[in-house]
Amino acid sequence: MTTYLHSLAGGMLLGLSAVLLFVANGRIAGISGIFGRLLAGHNIATNLAFVIGLIAGPFLYVAAYGQLPSMVILASWPVVILAGIFVGIGTRLGSGCTSGHGIMGLARFSKRSLVATLTFLAAGVITATTIGVFR
Amino acid sequence: MSGLMFARLSVALGAGAMFGFGLSLSGMVDPARVIGFLDVGSGHWDPSLIFVLGGAVIVAIPGVLLSQRLHKPVFDGRFHLPENAAIDKRLIAGSAIFGIGWGLAGFCPGPALSAVATGQPLVLLFVFAMMSGMILHDRVLTRTHLANG
Repeated sequence: MTTYLHSLAGGMLLGLSAVLLFVANGRIAGISGIFGRLLAGHNIATNLAFVIGLIAGPFLYVAAYGQLPSMVILASWPVVILAGIFVGIGTRLGSGCTSGHGIMGLARFSKRSLVATLTFLAAGVITATTIGVFR
Repeated sequence: MSGLMFARLSVALGAGAMFGFGLSLSGMVDPARVIGFLDVGSGHWDPSLIFVLGGAVIVAIPGVLLSQRLHKPVFDGRFHLPENAAIDKRLIAGSAIFGIGWGLAGFCPGPALSAVATGQPLVLLFVFAMMSGMILHDRVLTRTHLANG
């Protein structure tokens, strides 16, 4: 039960962060977009500030709970490399990820983001479930 | 630095930190939890991440409605919205490729970047591979404008 409450509370903070960035700065909180624009050299200062904040998040968690959040990577290093390349290419080609399409896109009732979200959820479920069969 | 720029930077830093803390609190930062959600055939499916997306969207909807009553954002001249509304092959193919990558390791861009804080070598490897994928797409596969994400 606590797990679900933490998930809900954490999710609500993601939503609040996205609202703050949109209402104050007029920017969509899409992490692949923010990071991609940073790599491409657009709005370096604000995009870098967001990424620094993102990396500071787990340290705030340590300050609140006295330990880092659980983080276990099941995949081997070659799979991690392959996964990273797929996530990099896919999020640029599809113009978004779990945050941009999944949170702000859905909240804006964007059909495009709904299609993207259903597509990456389906692809993620099929991939993880297939790997799970052989694990 | 102008006062406006300072305000924008402060908002970006604060929103990033709130996002990062939310990812840690929600469990979304843990690839094992994400795989536990995406792997529906494991016999011990973990539905908790539905609450993450649900909680985020429930809070974001009133924020979006509020923004529609404003002429412009507080610290910027206009709302920067994606211009592309087309549901095309790029969107579907890109989202499918992203989903496969997400299902392979349990990392999407936000949690992976945030998890850099833990200093785990596999996280750094993932982020490096993700950067390579993004650069490969932007410089080699297509020359594209940057939309939302």
